[in-house]
Amino acid sequence: MGRTLAEKVWDEHVVRTADGEPDLLYIDLHLIHEVTSPQAFDGLRLAGRTVRRPDLTLATEDHNVPTLDWDKPIADPVSRTQVETLRRNAAEFGVRLHPLGDVEQGIVHVVGPQLGLTQPGMTIVCGDSHTSTHGAFGAIAFGIGTSEVEHVLATQTLMQARPKTMAVTVNGTLPPGVTAKDLVLTLITHTGTGGGQGYIVEYRGQAIEELSMEGRMTVCNMSIEWGAKAGLIAPDQTTFDYLEGRPEAPKGADWDAAVAHWRSLVTDEDAQFDEEIVLDASTMTPFVTWGTNPGQGVPLGGAVPDPASFDEEQDRVAAEKALEYMGLEAGTPMREIKVDTVFVGSCTNGRIEDLRLAAEIIKGHKVDKDTRLLVVPGSVRVRMQAEDEGLDVIFKEAGAEWRGAGCSMCLGMNPDQLTPGERSASTSNRNFEGRQGKGGRTHLVSIPVAAATAVRGTLSSPADLAPVVEPVETSRAK
Amino acid sequence: MDKFITHTGVAAPLKRSNVDTDQIIPAVYLKRVTRTGFEDGLFAAWRSDPAFVLNKPEYAEASVLVAGPDFGTGSSREHAVWALQNYGFKVVISSRFADIFRGNSGKAGLLAAQVDEKVVQRLWDHLDDHPGATVTVDLETRTVKAGDGPDAIEDSFDIDDYTRWRLLEGLDDIGITLSREEEIAAYEAARPSWKPATL
Repeated sequence: MGRTLAEKVWDEHVVRTADGEPDLLYIDLHLIHEVTSPQAFDGLRLAGRTVRRPDLTLATEDHNVPTLDWDKPIADPVSRTQVETLRRNAAEFGVRLHPLGDVEQGIVHVVGPQLGLTQPGMTIVCGDSHTSTHGAFGAIAFGIGTSEVEHVLATQTLMQARPKTMAVTVNGTLPPGVTAKDLVLTLITHTGTGGGQGYIVEYRGQAIEELSMEGRMTVCNMSIEWGAKAGLIAPDQTTFDYLEGRPEAPKGADWDAAVAHWRSLVTDEDAQFDEEIVLDASTMTPFVTWGTNPGQGVPLGGAVPDPASFDEEQDRVAAEKALEYMGLEAGTPMREIKVDTVFVGSCTNGRIEDLRLAAEIIKGHKVDKDTRLLVVPGSVRVRMQAEDEGLDVIFKEAGAEWRGAGCSMCLGMNPDQLTPGERSASTSNRNFEGRQGKGGRTHLVSIPVAAATAVRGTLSSPADLAPVVEPVETSRAK
Repeated sequence: MDKFITHTGVAAPLKRSNVDTDQIIPAVYLKRVTRTGFEDGLFAAWRSDPAFVLNKPEYAEASVLVAGPDFGTGSSREHAVWALQNYGFKVVISSRFADIFRGNSGKAGLLAAQVDEKVVQRLWDHLDDHPGATVTVDLETRTVKAGDGPDAIEDSFDIDDYTRWRLLEGLDDIGITLSREEEIAAYEAARPSWKPATL
């Protein structure tokens, strides 16, 4: 019987398999950052162990770094200690680090793909749940805890039980203005936050094939939000075109050998998935969340649901608690919800294509007077590229704040936080209570919805914006 | 890691589903570079509410948490497990755990005992009737027990065989894997040369 893509990649990385034990899986790339690694390096030191493969390890600073004054010492002493600890550990154990101020610094899941380190058929792990992002290239990529970070540092392997496989087939074409983010938010509301649990998910079908690499990364990024172990997409010409010529991509004969292998990384026609979900992209619309988990969403054209409308008691209770926390009333049209802060950025939507789309929509408009727009590029490279294209000027002229690279308000670990009761429309991935700051209220949205919301001050799509009137040159009569 | 055989302790009911890792410990509390001291951030947003279960005197010594489904969703932060342990919890009982949280628990020595949803409800009812009551979680027999007499609760819980064995023996995963050095080296020798390297 044929095998699925996930099974092929898994099988290629099994170092050891035995009855009653999880598989011992080889890890091709280990990404690390300042928050989940210090205790792992400490563990190595205590046991007198070394990093087995520093040449398969890459560190960057992202979660805890400021997006203002990044050229000055970090003001918060506890944050500074954490970042300095990563620098010391990287130096001591010989790990390549892209620190704050470095041209390759940025969110770990933006940096890997943009360097060309993320390639099809690899196993990639990081002490961060959004490691699933790298699955967009046909890699098995997943987040791990600090004990596992230490395990990978010491052995370049992980013990992992073989997950089940699921196909999410998205047929049809996304309507104009509907993005990868809307697709994945629609999916999560369909499945709930636990629907993917225990599965490696393969996203496939026409709508997935038609996505750019950036869009595919957005979809795979949010795999964890419906509980999946990992999400991946079969590599194709779009993947190869994105990778060719990147600094760490194979070159010359190596490139040809790699592509030949990558072309074999597709699910065989007679392969069986343990589960399958089929969705129709052509009926999808801009989608936003109303609650406090990513599965509590509705179309932007809809309204805040009535908790009584849920069949399951636990969903009713969760909805009641969410509405109370969010300060919302059932039946309120989503478009009437007023937003204080719009956050554009994160490993979900902080890549150059995202910033281009946001700038295109916002160009010629002004940010609403009662709303602030924070634009945080996913990496220094993204920031530089955006500045080369003049996107920063468009954002600044509209009244937005143009920031340095990092995770920023996605998780509110650095100073970029919501205040209690403050409401955001955020292109990030989690709307948990307090995620973006204690008492903060988050609506997850796509890039077009974020940009339009910044202009109108209420949840909106670009269709709600008045057309920009270009100044007309009038010829003066003499 | 200490061996885990059985534990009896005061059980606290946490009547919420989808208790995500940002609720277990918000990101601002993740800045320490040690494995200790995270108890200050445990359920930080809720702890300021005097009515929150852990603020009630009868649960002051709680070491078993009985939570709703989808406990530990979200981030991979092992700090969520450490925060529970630093606070004094030895066991979390739920009908469904997020994968990464369950994995982290097994590595760090916190027992994540998965039971049927009905068992969670029965335990909650029992704890409502007897605030401050204890629950026994026996890893050897994989059973959860509470109360006595005709209303006693005794049911099984799920945990994978390998994690159970490691917890019972108190074993360190890295030590086990390092004993496979020859197999790892043999695998490495056969890796394609075009695979990327960072150095």
